Amino acid sequence: MSDLKSQATSPDLVNINPEPDSARQRFWRSVEEREGTAAFLEAVAPEFPQGEVPKTALNRRDLLKLMGASAGLAGITACTKLPAQKIVPYVRQPEEFVPGIPLFFATAMPFNGVGRGLLVESHLGRPTKAEGNPGHPGSLGATDVFGQASVLTLYSPDRAQIPTHLGKVATWEEFIEDLGDHLVDERSSGGKGLRILTGTITSPTLADQIQGLLTDFPQAHWHQYEPCGRDAAREGARLAFGQYVTAVYRLDKADVVVSLDSDFMFGEPGSIRYARDFADCRRLTYPGATSNRLYAAESTPTITGSLADHRLQVRSSAVEALARALAAAVGVAGSGSAEPPAGVSADWLAGVVNDLKAHRGTGLVVTGDHQPPAVHALVHAINQALGNAGQTVVYTAPVEANAIDEMKSLKDLVAAMDAGQVRTLILMGVNPVYSAPADVPFLAAMQKVDFRVHLGLFVDETAAQCHWQVPEAHYLEAWGDVRAYDGTASVIQPLIAPIYNGKSALEMVAVLRGQTYASGHDLVRDYWQRQASGGHLNAGANFEDFWETSLNNGTIEGTTFPVKQVSASVGAIPAAPRPLASDAVELVLRPSTSLWDGSFAHNAWLLELPQPFTKLTWDNALLVSPGTAARLGFKREDMVKVQVDGREITAPVFILPGQTPNSITLHLGYGRTVAGGAGTGVGVNAYLIRTSATPWILTGVQFSKTGTTHHLVTTQNNHLIEQNGQLHEEESDAAFDRRVVRVGTLDDYRRNPAFAQDPPEVNTEAPSLYPNYYDYTKQQYSWGMSIDLNTCIGCNACIIACYAENNIAVVGKDEVDNGRDMQWIRVDTYFRGDLENPEAYNEVLLCQQCENAPCEYVCPVGATVHSPEGLNLMVYNRCVGTRYCSNNCPYKVRRFNFKLYSDFQTPSLFPLRNPDVTVRSRGVMEKCSYCLQRIMEAKIVAERESRSVRDGEVQTACQQTCPTRAIIFGNMNDPSSAVKKLKQQPRDYGLLRDLNTRPHTTYLARLKNPNPEIKG
Amino acid sequence: MAENDDNLTSTAVVETEEVLAPGHTYRSVSDRISDMVLTWPVGYKWAAGLALAVAMLIVLHLALAVVFTIGVGVWGINIPVGWGFAITNFVWWIGIGHAGTLISAFLLLMRQKWRTSINRFAEAMTIFAVACAGLFPLAHMGRPWLFYWLLPYPDTMGVWPQFRSPLVWDVFAVSTYLTVSLVFWYTGLIPDLATLRDRAKKRATKIIYGIVSLGWRGSAEHWKRYEMCSLLLAGLSTPLVVSVHTVVSFDFTIAILPGWHSTIFPPYFVAGAIYSGFAMVLTLAIPLRRYYHLEDFVTMKHLDFMGKVMLATGLVVAYSYVMEAFMAFYSGSPYDRYMMMNRMTGPYAKVFWTLIFCNLVGPQALWFSKIRRHPWVLFAVSLVVQTGMWLERLVIIITSLHRDFLPSNWGMFYPTRWDYMTFIGTLGLFFTLFYLFIRFLPMIAIHELRDLVHKTEHEKAAAH
Amino acid sequence: MPQVFHRSMNTISRVSIVGLVMLIGGFFYFCWAVNMSPYYTRAKLQLIQPVPFSHKHHTMDDGIDCRYCHTSVENSSFAGLPPTETCMTCHSQIWTNSVMLEPVRASYATGQSLEWARVNALPDFVYFNHSIHVHKGIGCTTCHGQLGEMPITWKQNTLYMRWCINCHKHPEQFVRKREDVFKPVYNPPKDQIAMGRRLIKEYKIRSLITCDTCHR
Repeated sequence: MSDLKSQATSPDLVNINPEPDSARQRFWRSVEEREGTAAFLEAVAPEFPQGEVPKTALNRRDLLKLMGASAGLAGITACTKLPAQKIVPYVRQPEEFVPGIPLFFATAMPFNGVGRGLLVESHLGRPTKAEGNPGHPGSLGATDVFGQASVLTLYSPDRAQIPTHLGKVATWEEFIEDLGDHLVDERSSGGKGLRILTGTITSPTLADQIQGLLTDFPQAHWHQYEPCGRDAAREGARLAFGQYVTAVYRLDKADVVVSLDSDFMFGEPGSIRYARDFADCRRLTYPGATSNRLYAAESTPTITGSLADHRLQVRSSAVEALARALAAAVGVAGSGSAEPPAGVSADWLAGVVNDLKAHRGTGLVVTGDHQPPAVHALVHAINQALGNAGQTVVYTAPVEANAIDEMKSLKDLVAAMDAGQVRTLILMGVNPVYSAPADVPFLAAMQKVDFRVHLGLFVDETAAQCHWQVPEAHYLEAWGDVRAYDGTASVIQPLIAPIYNGKSALEMVAVLRGQTYASGHDLVRDYWQRQASGGHLNAGANFEDFWETSLNNGTIEGTTFPVKQVSASVGAIPAAPRPLASDAVELVLRPSTSLWDGSFAHNAWLLELPQPFTKLTWDNALLVSPGTAARLGFKREDMVKVQVDGREITAPVFILPGQTPNSITLHLGYGRTVAGGAGTGVGVNAYLIRTSATPWILTGVQFSKTGTTHHLVTTQNNHLIEQNGQLHEEESDAAFDRRVVRVGTLDDYRRNPAFAQDPPEVNTEAPSLYPNYYDYTKQQYSWGMSIDLNTCIGCNACIIACYAENNIAVVGKDEVDNGRDMQWIRVDTYFRGDLENPEAYNEVLLCQQCENAPCEYVCPVGATVHSPEGLNLMVYNRCVGTRYCSNNCPYKVRRFNFKLYSDFQTPSLFPLRNPDVTVRSRGVMEKCSYCLQRIMEAKIVAERESRSVRDGEVQTACQQTCPTRAIIFGNMNDPSSAVKKLKQQPRDYGLLRDLNTRPHTTYLARLKNPNPEIKG
Repeated sequence: MAENDDNLTSTAVVETEEVLAPGHTYRSVSDRISDMVLTWPVGYKWAAGLALAVAMLIVLHLALAVVFTIGVGVWGINIPVGWGFAITNFVWWIGIGHAGTLISAFLLLMRQKWRTSINRFAEAMTIFAVACAGLFPLAHMGRPWLFYWLLPYPDTMGVWPQFRSPLVWDVFAVSTYLTVSLVFWYTGLIPDLATLRDRAKKRATKIIYGIVSLGWRGSAEHWKRYEMCSLLLAGLSTPLVVSVHTVVSFDFTIAILPGWHSTIFPPYFVAGAIYSGFAMVLTLAIPLRRYYHLEDFVTMKHLDFMGKVMLATGLVVAYSYVMEAFMAFYSGSPYDRYMMMNRMTGPYAKVFWTLIFCNLVGPQALWFSKIRRHPWVLFAVSLVVQTGMWLERLVIIITSLHRDFLPSNWGMFYPTRWDYMTFIGTLGLFFTLFYLFIRFLPMIAIHELRDLVHKTEHEKAAAH
Repeated sequence: MPQVFHRSMNTISRVSIVGLVMLIGGFFYFCWAVNMSPYYTRAKLQLIQPVPFSHKHHTMDDGIDCRYCHTSVENSSFAGLPPTETCMTCHSQIWTNSVMLEPVRASYATGQSLEWARVNALPDFVYFNHSIHVHKGIGCTTCHGQLGEMPITWKQNTLYMRWCINCHKHPEQFVRKREDVFKPVYNPPKDQIAMGRRLIKEYKIRSLITCDTCHR
């Protein structure tokens, strides 16, 4: 696409938001004022085809309006009686189905090719909620935002619903026929012209199938390309060890962790497990307890870096120099200069090195997937030199079924296509037209292929360019298998028949092999039976039992890869690149924290999810440090032209405290042009300037203001103010004045464990004229929550979990701009210190369930009242919407349906809803209920068994999904409960206790464990 | 005022010379006022005014239609600022109503003769203002069709309103206020309606006024009952002058927000209410006496008195402002301090200082009797004060909400066109009602003026 | 000056005063009456069903237990509606060619579910759980009426919230022994209140009237 187009995408993205409002019109006006030129109109003209997609969204919006109208009118004659209903039983009721009782199935979600263990809740055959699988090594019961959001993808109204041939509706049979014709001559030529492109594949069965295919067609080729794949890590391993291996971290054994521009708690195959292990090493339950220590050297604030005890700002391009210096200092031969790069103080390096040396075998150095192979090689060498290898990091065979240099693989394919050698191209679950690097002309080359087939969940940029688009089956719809970060294989078992008769990659390959009617289930089962009979598994005598157990556990026993003994050397790494001029600005491309590589662009939950630190929604932006922005003359929302060797895009600026000076970050995954009603045109497409040589870290980039602006929307305001020469944020300063976030060092804590406590006069209950309705301490239950700020990484998983569990509505960019986002739980970020290099603190905020709740006594109709168990109840059907409760809520955790936000229009979304939670309509207040539906269910079960609810029996959705177990919920009247124990800790404090609200949600103060050697 | 003792009359002599221009007889009084109603065709000025008012009324209908069909989301309100123009308008209108009740009831008990010629349209103003105010609690609800859940009635759910909520108290306060004012006003109208019935030429007119005058014959018995009734109603509605706005102020004081949670609010709001109320009376009285040549009945003395009342109440309001600021800092609560600083220097500082000018600085002009006796300057001042009082409510609501306790909550409020249209619309409703009133009902109490004429002569005689 | 009105107007005006009061009163009474009427509540209405199923016949004459068809009543919120299969367990043997049962056989043959008209329905924002009520000694007939005497099933009670609350406030008036819960016809004993009080202790019945009991 041309730069002009990419420019034009920005109006588009504002254009499609599910709610119209003045904000959008403002924007349009400003664009037309500034860009009302022929050039601009010309620029948007080619976008109109895609412009159609938003159109549909607009129409739906109008429908919503009408809906609101009719609701209103219906309301005028409110006393309407219940409509006559039908009730329809089964003809033959399935054995295990009990209406009203959900079932849970173990399965796994492939993310970036690697498996994430899940336990999926199903109501009468409708998967409604994904939880982590406690038995899965990569999950331990937790998930991340992508796992949680994947159920929405399943029901997305934008999904490809029927095979299309040249854009016309067709049938699966017609496809098989057409494909057959082409395969005939392929067969004769041994498949010379047959190419397959997939993402990274760890699925043993699929790999086996494809290998089989390659034996059928010896001349055919299988290419893999994952836009945000792990090429660097793989090549790094090959540099260091001479072979592909996968590094598996054992963070539970690591006392000192040094992260060289790594975000190991997000996006990596083992992230969820790593986060848990890391957090377990810093749960300070008593003053004597020890904590691990994290050094994070990074260019952009990451959730990993937010927990760092020492955070160092370093440009990504300088990390290699830092790694070399570190390597030299710990005595890695041939690592080059021991000089730390500019901006890294000698005592910082010395401190880190000494700390690492002092913790031989219990230290760990890690680096990010976006760092070049050389850095990975150096890190392997460092870990080996420090004796960490084999202890805190182990090496296994690559989890990829066929580990290759994927960038090279893609380039080979494009070269072959360009040379006209490819006649049949099968694309499975990939979107290279959108995600291929700019210097790899995939689209152009692809045009030369005379038979192009795309198997995909959505009609995307690539599908639009293919002869055949075949709907792919979602992972919740089809059988398959996948390996986790440590090699453990899981069977992907479907929870629902393919809604649109989609086919899995497995079935597609089967068709290519002529096994037209092979079912995915048989393929997977046969493969593992062969493994068992081949003696690769100790399946025991009866394979059926083994199979059932594997399905039940969600993991296949004995598939975890054994540890490999390898030795690292840095001989092979290329010479150090010339350091970047100190004032030159680098551009770092990173996978989006919400849309990853763009494959989640249809997911409205993720689109509306406030991104960590920026709190940006419905956009990506150039993240610039305040200083750099000032130097370049950029202001927030300025549209800036980014030029890299002849290519350019235009993106808005967002000024982010903590961003490294002279390093600008831009997230991939946005700027999709064919991504349905929600995702089309949201944000800027960074792939347009990505190159295959340096896919992540771009130097020699030119930034220039265009004069236009683009409105960015965040859920948390930040007013930057100048204060005695330092840049400050009004909100953050106020937050620390008001002791909203409480932080101490480990030493403070040991000296005075109660450093975070309020003075006694604050904690004592103020006298009241009102009789105390219930004595909460005397009740059977008193529900409470404890949130450990010392382990919360602000990964947002809780927010998406809440979306899924509580049927929360998406409101769209304009309404978020109006301050009407509906998230019940939010992650607040506060910055402390100079904004050029501040400490960032995350604080999860949800309804505090005040025992003495200000919201309750002001409600005129008693729609929000207190339960004897200390719950602050919100009764939607009683609410008349005066919003008085929200006004009087000091935490402002209540959310109001200012318009009809819940989607009563899109049928495909109905089965997604949690049947145990009311879907809120217009004009109703809502808020966190501590997952009341789960509490009530547990209580009823307990009552039936004449016992009381056990500790841990009720988990709130946010608690269950939290990767670090930072959220603990339970009965505070049970002295043995986990939550009670946490609340007795000296670190425990409540927000705004001085208002006598007596919150049931309290926090454990954040502790830092700094290295005394390092000053500042 | 059947019996009046001597020392009172002696003072009355001085007043009556000024509250009613000399030379008026029963007849002249009746003619002048009833003719305004009975002469046809209507004047083009009146017609034009009504047309304008109706146009604004249509704006109101449009705005409310949109609010009811799409939802209150069309307004600028959000989280944290859950209340915006709607509640501002509500409090403002209710406040305006107060002057009417004060004049008709309170001054009646005080036997202030100068109330006679202004009480009728002041009461009308009260009723229309309360009607406008009443719209907003309804319109600002998320689900207005369920408004009746705020009323205590035996429903099928077996639940009652939540009586600790000030909003429920509002329902009682405002509805009582409206009822009593309405009854009081109508009672006062009956003798005049009878007069109109008797003087009307057309049969239709006779019948209409005949029905609404409920068969008044003006017998001594009637007058006796009438006097008793109006005295009782006056006694009944006097406490309302204080109670209603006190309850309205509870909407804020009962909440815990900095800038709302303050014990000074009730007196402060009542004073403010009378302040803006009298401003509105002046805004209406000055043009009326000009266009209908009522200088004889609404004399300089009236304007002067009303100016004084405004000055007095204005000073109470000023004192409250100062106290509010002082308490914010004296209390030592970081939240209150921030709130005050934010009001004075924050994003809404301009609005705050405008209101300070309108309510504190401007009205100081009323110290000078020249200004109090100069109708058009007085008119200008009254407009300034009303603007100020509207802004005061806005500032109290917005600035306290938009930056409260947790900084992560902070937000802003930007009114949308629907906010403005709803406000302008209610002005339309008010003036439509008022235009109809001055055309179809005697805007000055005829029988009370006659009474005044009678007393004046009686006292003249006594004096000689 | 001639009189505007005829003297009869005196009477009319007096009457109109009283009339107005009665008019207003009448309006409110009307609203209340409609709200309580079967038209509005659908209580005691016999609905048209695909098959005129008689609880009276099946429970009393045949002595079939409630749980034979409503299988999940003891362990789920939803009591459960019998699949066609259940009907056919018997009706593949008896009444095999009765016209009345044609829809059932058709359903079983075609796999098309029977579509019953729903008798007892609650709004979507009300979460009622059968299992816990049954466990705490609230019988079927307490809410659903004497099913053993219903040739065709109707809704016995208004199911208004007021009606629910009444029982939640005074469970002793309604609770019965667990063994009696599934009696299709049940009449409370003379000493209901005394027994109720005893059972409340025995079954640990708490009078739950907080909103979260039913609304989530």
